[in-house]
Amino acid sequence: MPTKVTYREALNQALKEEMQRDDRVFLIGEDVAYYQGAFKVSKGFLEEFGSRRVVDTPITELGFTGLAIGAAMGGLRPVVEVMTFNFAILAMDQIVNNAAKIRYMSGGQLSVPIVIRGPGSAAHQLGAQHSQSLEAWFCHVPGLKVVAPATPHDAKGLIKSAIRDENPVIFIEAQLLYPMQGEIGDGDYTIPLGIAEVKRAGTDVTLIAYSKMLLVALEAAEKLAQEGIQAEVVDPRTLRPLDLTTLAASAKKTGKVVIVEEGWPFAGLGAQIAESLYRRVFDYLDGPIVRVTGRDAPMPYARNLEDAAIPDVDQVVAAARQVLYRR
Amino acid sequence: MASRVIMPKLTDSMEEGVVVKWRKAEGERVESGDVLAEIETDKAVMDLEAFASGTLLKILVPEGTTVPSGTLIGVIGESEEDIKDILRGSPPPIPPPSEVEGKGGGAAPSAEALASPRVRTLAREHGIDLKTVKGTGPGGRIVERDLEPFLLKKEQSTVREIPLTQMRKAIVRMTTQSKAPVPHFYVTIDADMAEGLRMVEESKKAATPFPLSINHLLIAASARALKQHPGLNASFAGETIRIFSSIDIGIAVALEDGLIVPVLRDCGSKTLEQIVEAERSLVARARQRDLTPEEYTGATFLISNLGKFDVESFSAVILPPAAAALAVGSVREVPVVRDGKVEVGHRMTLTLSCDHRVIDGAVAAQFLQTFKQALVRARDL
Amino acid sequence: MLLIRRFEERTAEMYALGKIGGFCHLYIGEEAVAVGAVDALQPDDYVFSAYRDHGHCLARGSDPKRVMAELFGRATGLCKGKGGSMHLVDAARRFLGGYAIVGGHLPLAAGVAFAVKYRGGGQVVLCFFGEGAVPSGACHETLNLAALWGLPVLFLCENNRYGMGTPVERAVALYSDVAQNAAAYGIEAGRVDGMDVVAVRDAVGKAVEQVRTRQRPYFLEAVTYRFLGHSMADPAHGHYRTKAEVDEAKKRDPLLLLRTRMLSERLATEDDFKRIEQEVAQVVREAVEFADASPVPPVTALEDGVYI
Repeated sequence: MPTKVTYREALNQALKEEMQRDDRVFLIGEDVAYYQGAFKVSKGFLEEFGSRRVVDTPITELGFTGLAIGAAMGGLRPVVEVMTFNFAILAMDQIVNNAAKIRYMSGGQLSVPIVIRGPGSAAHQLGAQHSQSLEAWFCHVPGLKVVAPATPHDAKGLIKSAIRDENPVIFIEAQLLYPMQGEIGDGDYTIPLGIAEVKRAGTDVTLIAYSKMLLVALEAAEKLAQEGIQAEVVDPRTLRPLDLTTLAASAKKTGKVVIVEEGWPFAGLGAQIAESLYRRVFDYLDGPIVRVTGRDAPMPYARNLEDAAIPDVDQVVAAARQVLYRR
Repeated sequence: MASRVIMPKLTDSMEEGVVVKWRKAEGERVESGDVLAEIETDKAVMDLEAFASGTLLKILVPEGTTVPSGTLIGVIGESEEDIKDILRGSPPPIPPPSEVEGKGGGAAPSAEALASPRVRTLAREHGIDLKTVKGTGPGGRIVERDLEPFLLKKEQSTVREIPLTQMRKAIVRMTTQSKAPVPHFYVTIDADMAEGLRMVEESKKAATPFPLSINHLLIAASARALKQHPGLNASFAGETIRIFSSIDIGIAVALEDGLIVPVLRDCGSKTLEQIVEAERSLVARARQRDLTPEEYTGATFLISNLGKFDVESFSAVILPPAAAALAVGSVREVPVVRDGKVEVGHRMTLTLSCDHRVIDGAVAAQFLQTFKQALVRARDL
Repeated sequence: MLLIRRFEERTAEMYALGKIGGFCHLYIGEEAVAVGAVDALQPDDYVFSAYRDHGHCLARGSDPKRVMAELFGRATGLCKGKGGSMHLVDAARRFLGGYAIVGGHLPLAAGVAFAVKYRGGGQVVLCFFGEGAVPSGACHETLNLAALWGLPVLFLCENNRYGMGTPVERAVALYSDVAQNAAAYGIEAGRVDGMDVVAVRDAVGKAVEQVRTRQRPYFLEAVTYRFLGHSMADPAHGHYRTKAEVDEAKKRDPLLLLRTRMLSERLATEDDFKRIEQEVAQVVREAVEFADASPVPPVTALEDGVYI
């Protein structure tokens, strides 16, 4: 029987099950133990696993991220919780220069099976330094895998695969997704990294969206359906490696593509997805791919400005009409 | 410029085709639309029409030969034209993209048709000469929809697109306006129709000018029940709920290409006979499409009867401003137990769709109780 | 020590011949630190280094042939030509690598120590770094974490007095006693003459035992000097230090100090040194020949090893 849980609970279950399964897995980060996680993902962990495996850190992202990378080199399977991905910027050197490259630089002698997870993207009125979508930064780096699930089911199955993966995985959640409910699969299931999913089948236009923006795209598809437009919504789920086979198949079928992302437009992930699709299915496209992105500015505080800075359903509907040459 | 004649892909499942017979010979003049050859697909033998005018310069595939879809089977062009490139199988040179944004940029209109990559691919696959297609995209770009008439001709067996009639557009608008925002819920009940059926039979035998039908009884019973439960003769109006004094019942009438809902006004003050007469005339005019807009809008309650299609039960979409719609199934003969004996009974299943913003479950159930009693004692209507 | 010295002299020569490319930082003058320190370790202890890592790698026992092949960028190199001079790794000898972002490998060393402690192992992690890394945030964050969690790591600061061209007194506030930087975190610290290999071995030996038994980090400053420039592009004495200073330092060449001591204590004869010199020359010659004869990595392998 499938059960309904929140995204937060799905992660909590998955992490707990992985820690029960494998003693090498441990959770490290700011306030993960006694405080039970800034967003309560690690609720109940300290009681069950103790402070050896649920490790509170000082506010030193560089230090504890680097330390966790070393622990992975030393044979453990660390799960690093960054309170938000904004703070991962402090650990960028460790992530890019160490986690991503150590395997390659050592000619395959060493590996870094680590998961760095936490919320990315904007919540509500948190201001510029706490509201940004940095997935493109991580996706740029060979050696990293990047995952951004949108549903509780995907979150659970993907975090398990991430933990069991031998490579460093950046696992981007979203504060606004934590309370979202959804059905999840039974027991110990995993979802392989690098596999997209068609979240809604359609024939007229392809909407590609991940993380929080998937919900926006699905709502837009619903609206489009009322106009008689059958949108196909595809969630890459893993952003690197990107499942181009699934994305291209949909783009080839509909010939019209809209990419929805919350991040900034310039050099954003959608640009990469578009380029990859142009290379694969150019001859099947009925016009330029349209991107719906966050606005090209730091996130403003004022609610109205913030709303305007983040893609919404109407923008996605309008973009779909645009690629369909409808007014 | 020479034009390629290819083995078309005429159905989704078609991988290859047989050139059964060439209807034009090499060197013969052809006009666009002429039948060039007969092609046998996996389903039928079909005519292959020319997409270009000129001379059939070359036949590459002899009769009786099977080739994969997309294979070049002939070339049409002007005599003396050099077709070596085409025969070598190299695709015609594609001009550099001359526009990006659709307009502006100062790009002069190209002699070659502007077309999206998808269109170029489809045109190649289906042998469509893009010069014959008018582009409706930005800057006159030929986009997929512009090819539809050409593709339709080819793919009639798989896809048939019918333009929306005005009526269909209205149905689309009305039903989606309802179903999406209106939180529907449904209550179902069975009613004993024995008495009602007897009345209908009697009326038939009497050969009155306006014979009684089940629908008339439904209208009258609805009116009676709505009088007792005015909360259902209502509409959601954003900040308020409107209760209507007049009971205006809409009756769904199926037409060949859609549906119309003529409205019988003020049923609450009409006798059964008046209802019969008014309904007969209204529905007759609806079938002739002779209604004014006022006559088919603004129903405060709706009845949809699919009984004559042997539908046992279904649920109807509420069309605003009404807050409820009654879906009526067929009258079925069922075994019923009366005084300890099994007899043949007549039952009809009724499903009431309600707008939950206006009507709650218990109210709907009470309404159906009253409605059912009114039907059981149809003679009192 | 002699092997490292001769190996690096040949390295400089090969660099000049264009056989070796990129950045290449030689360890000449500092050999006593690597040799003395690594000698105090058990085989299953771990070693980390920064970008001036040839000496540490060779001291840990890596095959000079495969080290030279790596410098040559050959498929037979330790890292199949993917690492290069600054990123030597020999996992079999638990030499976990050279890292070229100053300070960036300190958290890694603490992390391996964390893993050791987590699994209840008895190993120690020896982490070499220059005094140039001391003021970095990475260093201070790591010292704090290591002290906080009692991690078995020995921080071995090779103070060769210059971070590229910037002398320690212009870079580190507590320059006169660099180890004081660790004292702020309650980490026990010491200092040793980095030109005296025996002193280094004794000091590291003691420190390692203490780390192992007490399960606490230790910070040891080895005072040393680099005889050559920062890298191949930098002359031995440029704008930032005088020839007189370099010449003065060379009087305490660690090889010279050890040789003098061994001769005076009759631990070896001139003949012994001649013989060792010949053996080392042979090893280095073979290393260069091996590297030169080795194939370059196939271009088809360029993306191998990015992911498992």
